[in-house]
Amino acid sequence: MKSLIRWLDDRIPMTATYKRHVGQYPAPKNFNIWYLFGSLALLVLFNQLFTGVWLTMSYVPTTEGAFASIEYLMRDVEYGWLLRYMHSTGATAFFAVIYLHMFRGLLYGSYQKPRELLWIFGMLIFLVMMAEAFMGYLLPWGQMSYWGAQVIISLFGAIPVIGDDLTLWIRGDYVVSGATLNRFFALHVIALPLIMVVLIFLHLIALHEVGSNNPDGIEIKKYKDDDGWPLDGIPFHPYYTVKDVLGIAGFLMLFCFFVFFMPEGGGLMLESPNFEAANPLKTPEHITPVWYFTPFYAMLRAVPDKLGGIVVMGLSIALLFILPWLDRCKVKSVRYRSGYHKFNLMQFSVSFIALGVIGLLPENTLLKWCARVFTCGYFGFFIALWWYSKREPTKPVPERVTFK
Amino acid sequence: MSSSADFGRRRILAITTIAVGGAGIAAATVPFIKSWNPSAKAKAASVPVEVNISKLEEGQLIKVMWRGRPVWVVRRPRAMLDALPLHDDLLRDPLSLEPQQPKYAQNPWRSIKPEIFVAVGICTHLGCSPTYQPDNFADHVEGIASGFFCPCHGSGFDMAGRVFQGVPAPLNLVVPPHQYLDDGRIVIGTHQETR
Repeated sequence: MKSLIRWLDDRIPMTATYKRHVGQYPAPKNFNIWYLFGSLALLVLFNQLFTGVWLTMSYVPTTEGAFASIEYLMRDVEYGWLLRYMHSTGATAFFAVIYLHMFRGLLYGSYQKPRELLWIFGMLIFLVMMAEAFMGYLLPWGQMSYWGAQVIISLFGAIPVIGDDLTLWIRGDYVVSGATLNRFFALHVIALPLIMVVLIFLHLIALHEVGSNNPDGIEIKKYKDDDGWPLDGIPFHPYYTVKDVLGIAGFLMLFCFFVFFMPEGGGLMLESPNFEAANPLKTPEHITPVWYFTPFYAMLRAVPDKLGGIVVMGLSIALLFILPWLDRCKVKSVRYRSGYHKFNLMQFSVSFIALGVIGLLPENTLLKWCARVFTCGYFGFFIALWWYSKREPTKPVPERVTFK
Repeated sequence: MSSSADFGRRRILAITTIAVGGAGIAAATVPFIKSWNPSAKAKAASVPVEVNISKLEEGQLIKVMWRGRPVWVVRRPRAMLDALPLHDDLLRDPLSLEPQQPKYAQNPWRSIKPEIFVAVGICTHLGCSPTYQPDNFADHVEGIASGFFCPCHGSGFDMAGRVFQGVPAPLNLVVPPHQYLDDGRIVIGTHQETR
């Protein structure tokens, strides 16, 4: 065994890589529950890749065959229903875990210098994930698949001058059709997963280069022992592998509950109009995106102008990309930041969740105004942050990590 | 080998290599991008459709498929036509100035014959198909008895497919090219001018 390892090590940096990224990666010793979501996201990614590959074995990417092939998978293929529900519930779990992972970043300032690039890789992964989820939702070729795709592709039509040609190019036809379905299938199962895996690799490499942030938002590299090991660091394995396994166990309980008892998630994960095959002549009475897109969808609906709505939606994502430069405060963690920041972060979270709820409901005048208020709250977060963070009254930051 | 390498020459060679190689790569992306355009088959599929309207009743709407899109044909009763000019101040484009219809439909009814309305049933916002509400449209725009309401983002259109103000849809519904073969039959997708 030893000689095999040496043989390998002479040819590929196996042990060195293991030590650098797992066995001797110094992680701050004060991680809390918010630090579970990165490893959980990785777990869900593997779930999506595996179940996805197996789903393609039964799926037929044509307008005639798609809907029927899902029925076949659900009824005739052994455990087909389980593979599909693991994949559809996995999509929801992916977004849930990623939203919490991103919120952790907001809480503890994990986007601040020197982790700006790490944050940008994360945002790129989020973008690819949204494209991946959107294209995947077309594949069952149900009513909601069809009209959802119709609406989202039409968004690009609002771009001045090139809009109409661009939507035609994306669809490959004058309406959403078999050509659209085929290309979405190719992108969903090959192109986007490849891009996502590469981005996740870069995200991890960037993380391990700058080191993990922690709930105190201080750099553990500041105090090292004589061997150069950070005094507040512990090796990732076994300390955090054990913690992550505990997190995974808890997560799987929740995940399995949904897979086995609530695979439709009360209409949030699989929507009832999607049990009907796509009909290009009839839009469902009430069309909503899947829950993870509803905050952005509510912002789109809140603006009574086609181009304006799309600009607002685009800005809501774009502002997150430049967050590291909007926040000019030197203190990272919310623990040592001002009351303004705590309030701002809280109203941002409330606005985001409220928009998510509004986006699920049918439209009326009252809700439209609520959506406008919360859209202002969402954008207000970034504007206020930029304004007060320059000279924010902060509390003294500890030199070494604390356990709260 | 000369110890004083000509760096200027190297630089120019490197830049030209990159430029030529870059142009080659740019040219190679063309087939990948172009292959996403509608295929010859998809373009050929947009043939005109003939519709028989002799049995269409007052207030009734029928849908036909043209170029993969729903096209509505409605026989508007007198009352609907009389109500059309009464709410011009609530509309974005009451006079149909935007090119959303052929010339012969640029009139108060946006149709050839006042009672027969032909329109592409696709919302000009994000492409959903609005719902025909002959009786209960007043829920959405007060005082207007009938119209089309888009369930996706709440855009409203009157019985001539003209968009109301304060909704996300920017334009009136599209009136497709069409013509009458005789009193009971129309063709959608062609008109005299293109023949």
